[in-house]
Amino acid sequence: MSTTIDEDVATQSATPPTKRQKRAARIADAASGGIRSILIKLLLLGIVDAIAVYAILVLALSQEWLVLAVVVGVTALVNWIYFSRKTLPAKYLTPGVIFLVLFQVFVLVYTGYIAFTNYGTGHNGSKEQAVSSLMAASLERVPESPTYQVTVVDQLGTLGLLVTDPDGDASLGTTEQPLQSVDPTEVENGKAVAVDGWTTLQFADVIARTNEITELAVPFSDDPNDGAIRTPDGSNGYLYTSNLEYDEAAGTMTDLSTGTVYSDIGTGAFTSEDGTELLPGWQITVGFDNFVRAVTDTRLAGPLVYVTLWTFAFALISVATTFFLGLFLAMVFNDMRMKGRRYYRVAMIIPYAIPSFLSALVWAGMMNESFGFINQVIFGGASIPWLTDPWMAKLSVLIVNLWLGFPYMFLICTGALQSIPDDVNEASSIDGASAWQTFRHIKLPLLLVSVAPLLIASFAFNFNNFNVIYMLTNGGPRDTGAPIPVGFTDILISMVYKVAFTGQNRDYGLAAAYSIIIFIVVAVISIIAFRRTKSLEEIN
Amino acid sequence: MSNQQPIPGSDAGLLEGELREQRDAVRVGGDPALERSAVPVKRPFRFGKWFKATGWRHLVGIVVVAFALFPVVFVISSSLNPNGTLTGSNALFSQIGFDAYARILTNPQVPFTTWFANTLIIAGVTALLTVFLGALAAYAFSRMRFTGRRFGLITIVVVQMFPQMLAVVAIFLVMTAISDWFPAIGLNTHIGLIMVYLGGALGVNTYLMYGYFNTIPASIDEAAKIDGAGHARIFFTIILRLVAPILAVVALLSFIFSVNEYVVASVILIDTENQTLAVGLTKLVSNPRYADWAAFSAGAVIAALPVVLLFLYLQKYIVGGLSAGAVK
Repeated sequence: MSTTIDEDVATQSATPPTKRQKRAARIADAASGGIRSILIKLLLLGIVDAIAVYAILVLALSQEWLVLAVVVGVTALVNWIYFSRKTLPAKYLTPGVIFLVLFQVFVLVYTGYIAFTNYGTGHNGSKEQAVSSLMAASLERVPESPTYQVTVVDQLGTLGLLVTDPDGDASLGTTEQPLQSVDPTEVENGKAVAVDGWTTLQFADVIARTNEITELAVPFSDDPNDGAIRTPDGSNGYLYTSNLEYDEAAGTMTDLSTGTVYSDIGTGAFTSEDGTELLPGWQITVGFDNFVRAVTDTRLAGPLVYVTLWTFAFALISVATTFFLGLFLAMVFNDMRMKGRRYYRVAMIIPYAIPSFLSALVWAGMMNESFGFINQVIFGGASIPWLTDPWMAKLSVLIVNLWLGFPYMFLICTGALQSIPDDVNEASSIDGASAWQTFRHIKLPLLLVSVAPLLIASFAFNFNNFNVIYMLTNGGPRDTGAPIPVGFTDILISMVYKVAFTGQNRDYGLAAAYSIIIFIVVAVISIIAFRRTKSLEEIN
Repeated sequence: MSNQQPIPGSDAGLLEGELREQRDAVRVGGDPALERSAVPVKRPFRFGKWFKATGWRHLVGIVVVAFALFPVVFVISSSLNPNGTLTGSNALFSQIGFDAYARILTNPQVPFTTWFANTLIIAGVTALLTVFLGALAAYAFSRMRFTGRRFGLITIVVVQMFPQMLAVVAIFLVMTAISDWFPAIGLNTHIGLIMVYLGGALGVNTYLMYGYFNTIPASIDEAAKIDGAGHARIFFTIILRLVAPILAVVALLSFIFSVNEYVVASVILIDTENQTLAVGLTKLVSNPRYADWAAFSAGAVIAALPVVLLFLYLQKYIVGGLSAGAVK
């Protein structure tokens, strides 16, 4: 790893510095640093290491060994980089690269993994979590069971129950921690009322937190089949047992009231013989199920096809309309004889300067069918379904995106036109070309050379132009036939968002599978773009 | 299309106001040929000829400006309308008052000022750190030769093709996991959101800066080195000052991006008082029929004004940055 910084870009083909020269440069570099900069460096590294040590402690407590190993590794690497003398480029690259790797590269890879799981509503956690929440959801009071005297206690916001059983023995537990024997510090009439480390709730507090307290179910023991203590009033507790019985060895859940047996058949939920699932289930990998479902389930395949087609159409038409309007305006205003061009220019840039989410929201108000400005004032009280008819909504999205995007193209085209020398005009008019011929055969090709990469970038941007779709139509009008919340103006990225985060059922797996589809499309576009512009070859 | 370019020496456009025009042209850096050829002779005004030369351009200009500005006029008018509904906003400037501004700023149900402050903090910190991280990387790529440099540059160009919002599901799940261990930087925190945004710091920004860093001659570094300055000192005290214009452009582009960002912000910021303007205002008018439209308009004007002014003020620099590949 060479660390000379004095090499000019232009002279890099010159003979590389010898080992001695490199060493001399390093020593000179190290000798030039002041004591102050060394102190700052030590302070910053100290802060980083302190945070890392804290993180390692927390991770060790929650037994996340893999993440812990990564944190240890990264911290060691960072320390080595900033104390070694051989790693000058890395000193400058490390801070940005850490964020890039975690929140750009890793999350993209992780999206790929999620696409192969059933992650989503009802499949959020591990099998153990699913078992305990299923048991907790089906608790019923054991008939004729004894009454336990309870005291509600609190520790840093976590509620617990101090339980005195009919024999007079006290024990303490929370939702997560099963009952354990304790020595109460205070006993009133045979009822334990206080214990070390916990605050006893007064009557007023019990009233104020009634909802929390009645939800509280403290497991009786480590075995979930033993049931839990619950209190309806904050002073008397009863033993509740679950309607379900979990057989860990067989991996089955049995509903005690009906006798139905639900077994783990590898779908991530306990399923009975007739196919009924007990939810919540747990998270498993499902192979290509999400992809297969997306293209073979007819109710999902239809939306996927029209959303993909519309995404391409939207991006292409947006680029075309904004480019041609921008080019036309650039030509119209690229005339030195015209007065006041500056004022027109500023007025036209305004739509581009306003944050686009605000513009889209304002347009949504103006395009409202019954009350909007466009129908009420411009069209004199007509009721044109701008945002509620599938085809009109598509047109509206394109109009609004034209409004948002044409100033950008205008600026680009103006710049490109002004860089074409005037000699072109003279030369072509001497050769007898008409103004149109000059434009069509000379200027437009010249202009496209400089603008083409930006048009491809603009296509890639519009392909994922979430804001204009989501703020204007919310992807609507909604396709009522589809089982996922999708509409006729949704593009792929807004469909991903709606499948993952809106609606009754969040389906992260399916949403991630859709993301992978976008990923592939964008990758293909970038490969084409790089082939055409050869921009990668310029990197030396 | 027959009159796209000024033809030096032609009389088509020389009108009564030609002297003033000339000055305009010179001021905006116009064609020096026009300046030379302008003969200050009065000629009778002929509408047809004027219209053919520049008049129709003004006609196009007026139509386009009307298209560009009517939503702006509408939102300003409705923000000044004390009457709250969307219907009441249709008669432009029928009533003038600042009730809506008072409502949006003081309504306890709608913490607009909190959203505004959140947006400024998140976008501001993100912009500063993005510039810093990007400049560090650009310095390394521009001034040092090391194994993997070309690979690093190509990786950055390739990775920035895939916007972070593609991975929004994974980002949400990663942040959920982080908040189980470290609630202070996980879901529903500003630091968490800023960290996610910083994942995009080394993207197009670094590439923009890398190009600009290359225009600063390396002989300056060498001179400083001979004078005994170390690499850190050269970077912080010399290079950073010389590349200030590109730092301003990248900071502004990053700021505008974060102000506009909805997908990740809406997923990570859960509580209303933690949200940004984009998330809060979108929820506020999710049903425009029943929303307090005048208050929303007032909020939109307040929110857009700083960005628009900053944009127009730095217009010249931004346009340069745009043609280097930034898209909105």
